[in-house]
Parts: sequence; structure tokens; C-alpha cells
Amino acid sequence: MKTRFTRRMAMALAASAGLMMAGPAAAEEWAPQKPVEMVIMAGQGGGADRLARLFQSIIQKEGLSKMPILPVNKGGGSGAEALRYLKDKSGDNHVIMATLNSYYTTPLRTDIGVNIEEFTPIARMALDTFVLWVNADSDIQNLDDYVAAVKAAGGSWKMGGTGTGQEDSLVTAMLQNEFGLDITYVPFKGGGDVAKNLVGGHIDSSVNNPSEALGFYQAGKLRPIAAFTPDRIEVFPDTPTMTELGHDLVYWMQRSFVAPAGMDPAAVAYYTEMFEKLNATEEWQTYTQEKALMADFLTGQELQDYFLEERAKHDELLGSMAEG
Amino acid sequence: MELLGHLADGFATSLSPLNLFIVIIGVTAGLFIGAMPGLGSVNGVAIVLPITFIVPPASAIILLAAIYYGAMYGGAISSILLGIPGASTAVATTFDGRPMAQQGKAGLALIAAACASFVGGTISVVLFTLFAAPLADIALAFGPAEEFALVLLAFTTFVGLGGDDVLKTIIMICLGLALSTVGLDLISGQPRLIFFDEPGFYSGISFLVLAIGVYGIGEILYTIETQKTAPQVTPAKLTFTELWYGIKEINKLWKTMSLGSFLGFFVGMLPAAGATPAALMSYGIAKLTSKTPEKFGKGAIEGVAAPETANNAASTGSLLPMLTLGIPGSPTTALLLGGMVMWGLVPGPMLFIEQPDFVWGLISSLYTANLAAVLVNLALIPLFVWALRMPFTVLCSLVFVLCLVGGYAPSQKLHDVWLIVGFGVAGYLLRKADYPMAPLVLALVLGPLMEKSFRQTLISEQGNVLAFIERPISGTFIAISVIFFALPLLKHVKRWLKRDLSPAE
Repeated sequence: MKTRFTRRMAMALAASAGLMMAGPAAAEEWAPQKPVEMVIMAGQGGGADRLARLFQSIIQKEGLSKMPILPVNKGGGSGAEALRYLKDKSGDNHVIMATLNSYYTTPLRTDIGVNIEEFTPIARMALDTFVLWVNADSDIQNLDDYVAAVKAAGGSWKMGGTGTGQEDSLVTAMLQNEFGLDITYVPFKGGGDVAKNLVGGHIDSSVNNPSEALGFYQAGKLRPIAAFTPDRIEVFPDTPTMTELGHDLVYWMQRSFVAPAGMDPAAVAYYTEMFEKLNATEEWQTYTQEKALMADFLTGQELQDYFLEERAKHDELLGSMAEG
Repeated sequence: MELLGHLADGFATSLSPLNLFIVIIGVTAGLFIGAMPGLGSVNGVAIVLPITFIVPPASAIILLAAIYYGAMYGGAISSILLGIPGASTAVATTFDGRPMAQQGKAGLALIAAACASFVGGTISVVLFTLFAAPLADIALAFGPAEEFALVLLAFTTFVGLGGDDVLKTIIMICLGLALSTVGLDLISGQPRLIFFDEPGFYSGISFLVLAIGVYGIGEILYTIETQKTAPQVTPAKLTFTELWYGIKEINKLWKTMSLGSFLGFFVGMLPAAGATPAALMSYGIAKLTSKTPEKFGKGAIEGVAAPETANNAASTGSLLPMLTLGIPGSPTTALLLGGMVMWGLVPGPMLFIEQPDFVWGLISSLYTANLAAVLVNLALIPLFVWALRMPFTVLCSLVFVLCLVGGYAPSQKLHDVWLIVGFGVAGYLLRKADYPMAPLVLALVLGPLMEKSFRQTLISEQGNVLAFIERPISGTFIAISVIFFALPLLKHVKRWLKRDLSPAE
């Protein structure tokens, strides 16, 4: 039910976006003249990279683009390199960029002279979820046990996650603020590394994305405690959400596509349509279900509003982290 | 018995005409990609990954694994012929491979590298077949403290055994460590050592840029100066008898190679470490256990065989955590992992149970890929050796262009090209002053790993430094490191005492 609703909504949005740009007849005729560069804000092999390459393979397999899509990794400086690159590509109709949350956090944390408001939003493909995990051998069964255990550890509780200032550390900060916890945050290189260290007992808990911990969960090595989502995640029907438990803790990782400033509206319409088709493919829909991603399609001005709203939220979060 | 049944099913998959064809294409492509300075298995796999959907997943992973293997074989080729390690895993191969080529024994060195790679690959695949599942638990036992101890061990084998000038080695390690801190710090997320506010430094200094600079450009400059007219290397001949002689020579190295294979497999299996420390440690141990350690670094055939067995064994080893735990042991396996996700497979503990066809198809294809790689490699050796017969003036301009293109291709940043030129000049000057390059380059590769795991441990243990010694695995490694470091020091002291006493007598 949920997917159908979002898809219908998506079509309506795309239609309205189309109307806004209706004027020139060229809107229907524009097509890329050369291969399209797909900039990835992360290095090769990570979660963001894998997803971007999945998109590319679906586009290619289903023949959604007239020209090939070439993925280019620019992961330097938590995406700073990619953001600078996109800024330099102003007005280029053959560049798109796959984003994650560093799209707003990196310009907030480091002064790289990029204002994301200038970029052209294309489409939001999905929202990735976060779950609080412990090792399946631990005695912790629910959130109350968890909070009690962390408090009992008196500051030596080890939470593993990705680099400081990135998503996992923000979720951890939210958790600490909400429950007044004292947690030692241990940064690792990637989510897979974190999951392995949790299974191996080198850390006490994690806030991995479901896709990063799924394999271990299925093998009975990890236990989900609570999800940072408003509704329960389909793959973990027995795991309560933070909202259910009375805590307003919701955090998403967005997976979207944006384009440089000043892209031709006709080109924007072309890419929007391409991703709309991609969103409707069975392969993508199955993938999102299996990996507990929310396929929440959004385009145009709504997407830009969403970006700016999220940027404001992250500004606040980062501020509270700096104080703490 | 059940194992053999699975393996037989796997061979049924990997020996199908389509898959055999794919393996041969894959290893040949991989061999050339690996032989190009700058390009490595990561690039090869990344390029091919998106087009793999035209074949079934089992064939796709076989293709990628074949490229991966081919590139590991190929890495030795540029190390030996040009003295430029194409990947960090092949740095140790230059120590003796390059001198051998300069003595006109390039063919023999290449044969040694190919055969050693085959032995390392095969022994490790057998280990993989037999113990994949139980060994996954060992990988889990490795936390940050153990990682640190392991990298430290790799460093000490090097300092301790590297030996011509310990002081210069240490200076170069420090320089490499300093360069390794450039970029965004993982732990705090803050930028460090961003020279001239140049945004290119945010992503740090990559191994390739430094290695191509100091080995490629630096070497060319040095050679131009020292050998204006003389050819850079004695042209090598390669005949069938020589091939036979080579294989016979290799046959004497079973101790070195089996040691290297086991070591490589186990070190490669640990998620963070990978093939670079494995190759290094294997070289160190080969020198330590050799009856003629003085020959190392001057063209000893063991010095080529030891790192090559280990790095190939490690590349098999690093497939283990990827398949059983879903954790990539190297950038290339990270891409392979991405591929598996793309085909709808969930790597991790359940893969062996849910997708036996896929897993055993892959394992059996490792056997065929290995065999194909060694045959293709041996067949092409005359071609590689022939490349060295080019006039020096032609060869050196060619290498120069290769270096710049190879440095630009992976990241496509002009920033890297300028860095390569800069490092080339610096490398030339340092070489003139007799500083060794390998410690510099290896410190850059291992430094970030060591720093990261050191700080992670200290954060986890609330600043308790003793944690490294208290944990059994890391404690053992640290104890071995101390021995390795002290051993050559003792030798020096002994020699010094003798020298001091002999005139008095």
C-alpha cells in the first residue's frame, strides 16, 4: 500500500514539475549528447558507492538513458571534493551527483565555499533507516535494558560508528541528549567494519543501517533494539520504533540526485523522468524492500525545500554536538 | 565428503565453456591492467562491474575474480621490469626483482614471480576450501588493538631486517608517516596538513601518487644521470631452456613459498590488513630464515618468490571475510562485494547456506583462474622481456608518459599529476643521498591503518595503553615485534664489539 501511494504521489509531483517547466517545446526533445557523469560523494566500495552503482546498472539494463552513465568517485574530504567539483560544473547538462547526508553536513562543518541552495535538485530515490544494535549474546533485550546498561557502564560504553561528524555520530549524539547518556564513540572506516567489530565484541553497540547489519542479523549474531523511524521497518517486524517507545528520535539517510547550478530546465526534465522510470522498476522496488530502505520519491521544489529543512536541522544537531 | 561434493558441483559451474572463456579473458585483461603502473585490480574491477549483468551472477563474479587474480600477477611485472610497483602489494617485489632485471635476469625474475604467485594462490585456495567457515571466527577476534599490533609487526620486520642504514630507514618511515596524516582525520573529522589550502589535499596523498613519483619519475631522472649512454638494463634473453631452468630454481624454494603462502593467507584474511603487510612480512621472514641473507636486495630469487607467494595468498585470504562476514579486506574486495549486492546476493554468514552454487562456483573458479593466470603469464613473458630491449631513450620517455597517465587515470585530478612530478624530483634527490624509498612508501600505506587502530583502541579503553599488551593476540604480536626489532640491533652490537676488540688483540 505504502509504495503505491508514494509512487502515485511521485507521479503527481513530477507532473507538476513538468507543468512548471512546460513553456518551451524543447523540454521533450533534450537528450544527452555525450556520456553523463555520475559523481559519487563517497569512495569506492562503501554503501553510497554501492547504491549509486546499482542505480547505474539498472539504468543501463533497462535502457533508461540514451547515453551511458559513468560513475566517478569523488569521496575526498567527506564529499567536499565532490561538492567543489559540482560547483565548478555550473551550467553543465551532463553531470549529476548521487548524494548522502554529507551533502548538507560537509558544507556546514568545513568552509568549502559551497551553498547547496544553488544546486539543481533532481530526485530523491530513498531514505535509509537507522537501528540501534547490540550483540546477540548480550543480556540487553529492550531499550530500558540498554539505557540501564549504558548508565551502569559509567562512560566506558563503546558505541561504534562511521567517522566523527557523519551520520552515525549524529544519531549517537541524539541518543545521548535524549537519555542523558555518557557514551564513548569509536569511529570506524565504514558500516561493515562497525558491524564486524560489534559481532566480535570489540564495541558494545552500533547504529548501523539495516543493510550493513542484515547478514549478521539473519545469522543470529546481532539483535536490533529499536529503530530510529516513525513506523516499524518491514524486515524487523518485532523491533519497536523510538517513536513508539515515546522518544522523538527519527533520523534518515537520504539518497538523492542533484545537478549543477543553472542546468537547462529541459535537461532537468529529462533526468527527472529517467529517475522516475528507475523508481518504478521492479528491481529497485524489490531491493528497497529487502534492504529496508524507504523508497520515498521526491522531485523539484519539494526536494529543494526538503534539503534546506534538513540542512537547518543538521546545523542545530552539529551545534549541540559541539557544545556537548 | 560433503565438501568434495560441493566442490565438484562448483567445478561443474566453473568448467562450463562460457566460464572457462570468461576466466581466460579476465586473467589476460587483469594481467595487463596490473602491469600498468597506476592501474590495478581496483580499476579493472570498477570498469567491468557495471557490464557484468549480461552474464549470470556466478559467471560475473568469476570474471571479476579472474581480473583480480590477473592483476595480482601483473603487479609483479612492472615492479620487476621498471622498478615501479603498480600496487602497494608489489613494493616488496621490487627489492630483488629490480636488481635481477638490471643483471639481465628479468626473464628468470618474471618466471619466479609467476610460479610463486601460482603456488601462493593455489595453497591459499586449498586453505580457503577446507577452512573458510571456521576461519571466519578468527577474523572476528581481530579488533582495533590486534590490528595495531599486526601493523606494528609488519613495520618491525621491515626496520629490523631492511637493514643497510637503520637511521636512514627510520627517517624515511617518519617522513612517510607524516605524509600519511595529510587529509581529513577519520577520528575527529578535521582537516590536517592541507598545504597551501589546496583542496586536492583534503583527500590525502594516495600510495599510487607517491610510488609513481619516487619510483617512476625519480628512477628515470636518476638513471638518465648515471647512465647517459649505457642501456638501463642488460637485455634479457628468454629461451625454453631458461624457462626450464627457472622452474627448477623455483623448485628449490618450497620452504620460502609455503611459509609465504600460509602467512599471506592468514594476514590477508584479517579485514584491515590485506596483502601489503603480508608481502612485507613474508620478505622479512624469508631473509631471516635464509642461509644467505646478504644476497637479499641484490637480486636474490627468494626475494621475489617470498612476497609474490604472500600477496597472492593474501588476495585469496581477503575474499574470506568478504564472503563469510560481508566485510571487504581490500578496496577491490569492497567492489566485489558491491557487485554481489547488485546481483541480489547478501554476503555474510548466511551466504554459504543459502547460495551454495554461487559460493562453490566462485571457489572452484579460483583454481581455474590461478591456472589460467600462470599459463597466460608464462606465455607472455617473452613479450614483456622484449619490451626491455627497446633503446633506453625510447623506454624512458615511454615510462615517463605511462607514469603521468597512470597517475592521472584513477582519480582524474591534475593535482595528483603535479604531486607526482614533485615527488619525482624529491625522490631523485633523496636517492642521490642514498635514502631507501621503500620505507617511505610503505609507511604511507600502513601509517593510516596503524594510527586509526591505535586511536580506536585508546578511545575504547579510556586511554589505557596497557590494553595492547593485556589482550592475548595483540600481546603476542607485540612481543614478536620487539624480538624482530631487537635482533638486528643485537647483531650490530655484536659486530661493533668484535670490531672494537679485534685491533686490540
